[in-house]
Amino acid sequence: MTTNVAPAGGQHKTDVVIIGAGPIALFAVFELGLLDLKAHLVDILDRAGGQCAELYPEKPIYDIPGIVEVTGQGLTDRLMDQIKPFGPTFHFSQMAESLEKAGDGWRVTTDAGTQIEARVVVIAAGGGSFTPKKPPIPGIEAYENESVFYAVRKMDRFRDKVVVIAGGGDSALDWTLNLQPIAKKLLLVHHRDGFRASPDSVNKMRALVADRKMEFHIASIKALHGANQKLEGLTLSNKERGDYRVDAEMLLPFFGLTMKLGPVANFGIGLHENLIPVDTEKFETSTKSIFAIGDINTYPGKLKLILSGFHEGALMAQQAFRYCRPDEKLRFQYTTSSSSLQKKLGVA
Amino acid sequence: MKLIVTDREGQVHTLEGREDWSAMEVIRDANLPLAAECGGACACATCHVYVDDEWLAKLPEQQQQEIEMLDFGVAVQENSRLSCQIKMTDELDGLKVTLAPESL
Ligand SMILES: Cc1cc2nc3c(=O)[nH]c(=O)nc-3n(C[C@H](O)[C@H](O)[C@H](O)COP(=O)(O)OP(=O)(O)OC[C@H]3O[C@@H](n4cnc5c(N)ncnc54)[C@H](O)[C@@H]3O)c2cc1C
Ligand code: FES
Repeated sequence: MTTNVAPAGGQHKTDVVIIGAGPIALFAVFELGLLDLKAHLVDILDRAGGQCAELYPEKPIYDIPGIVEVTGQGLTDRLMDQIKPFGPTFHFSQMAESLEKAGDGWRVTTDAGTQIEARVVVIAAGGGSFTPKKPPIPGIEAYENESVFYAVRKMDRFRDKVVVIAGGGDSALDWTLNLQPIAKKLLLVHHRDGFRASPDSVNKMRALVADRKMEFHIASIKALHGANQKLEGLTLSNKERGDYRVDAEMLLPFFGLTMKLGPVANFGIGLHENLIPVDTEKFETSTKSIFAIGDINTYPGKLKLILSGFHEGALMAQQAFRYCRPDEKLRFQYTTSSSSLQKKLGVA
Repeated sequence: MKLIVTDREGQVHTLEGREDWSAMEVIRDANLPLAAECGGACACATCHVYVDDEWLAKLPEQQQQEIEMLDFGVAVQENSRLSCQIKMTDELDGLKVTLAPESL
């Protein structure tokens, strides 16, 4: 079996749908798999690993039992390898938007229209969904989806427009280079004359500036001007010029991602300070057959550690089995000695 | 040593700093609203503060990593710093910072 990445928009039926694809969700796939339960995972990121992959891919972790040292990405890669035999299906770059009853189970719908029906739901949403940071410029929200975008879905939207890109990372530089040829005019705005981006992109950008094909402003954005969601200009500000105005029809701020609880807040599960209370026997929420594991849950003594989340996944899987296979008997087995488990793992 | 923090409502809090802790840790320990999502790994820029002008020059110089991570801060100014990269020391007794606005 292999790991599958499903195209957006399909309809699926499975045993367990997991919201989030961080390390805890990944190991839950393993524990579920040993019990013959199939899983689909949804994550707004375009790849697995959650915080490990997004926040510290290259930093070492020293407290995974039995592994002296592994990086965030290294752990993610190993988990992905470990769960391959169970053929999980991933739905990446999608936000799990809603959760509703469907028969004796549940239906999760994503912002891309994908529907997944499952007997059991596992919320492994960690510190929340990774979403683009929104700069706190007064009134910016009124322009969103019309003149202000935090991602480029359709490039054509920016054709023949006066486009302002804010930020100094790779996304800012990449989109500067991609949109410059089609925009009427392009301005890059960043607070310093230095970038956290590939030197090659920076050089290309500087060449365009030298050729007067775009502008680079070392400044900050102070205010937005326009009406009816349509942006007309920005007030920029820096030491040399003070406040000054530039024309702008489109604004693309690229300041990386931040963790926001997001739609999980509307799932109708009791929350306590943005965390989901669970019992410590099954890690089930106050709603039967909905579980919460990893950083998103809370219980007396909770530690936000990968180690703890792995344990939570193992216990959750036992109860998930009882829901998904009510007529079957749960059998406790070791991977070391059970030939049936070894067959599932493809090692027997 | 003291760390004097102005929150986003303008309220001033005088916190007791601890040798070897970062300013971020002191602020979080006091339950002030600072996301500090990456827990001090200089990988998120959500521990962003503005340093009072009189203290700016007294802080140890910014490392390249911090300068680069600030590219992902919102509402960055000349006096912006990542509080997880400011280590509390006796020289910084009385340091004044203001919590920068967060992502909306
Ligand atoms: C810098 C740093 C260092 C760390 N070091 C250690 C360490 O040494 N040891 C240790 O044990 N722990 C460490 N941690 C903590 C550890 O990374 C977390 O405990 C772990 O990542 C939690 O895993 P998780 O799967 O619960 O959640 P996360 O890793 O947060 O993953 C949750 C995923 O769910 C997604 N998601 C949430 N809601 C939705 C939705 N509605 N739709 C779609 N997707 C959604 C998010 O996008 C995210 O990808 C560290 C954390 C950081 C930041
Ligand atoms: S806590 Fe993340 S950069 Fe300081």
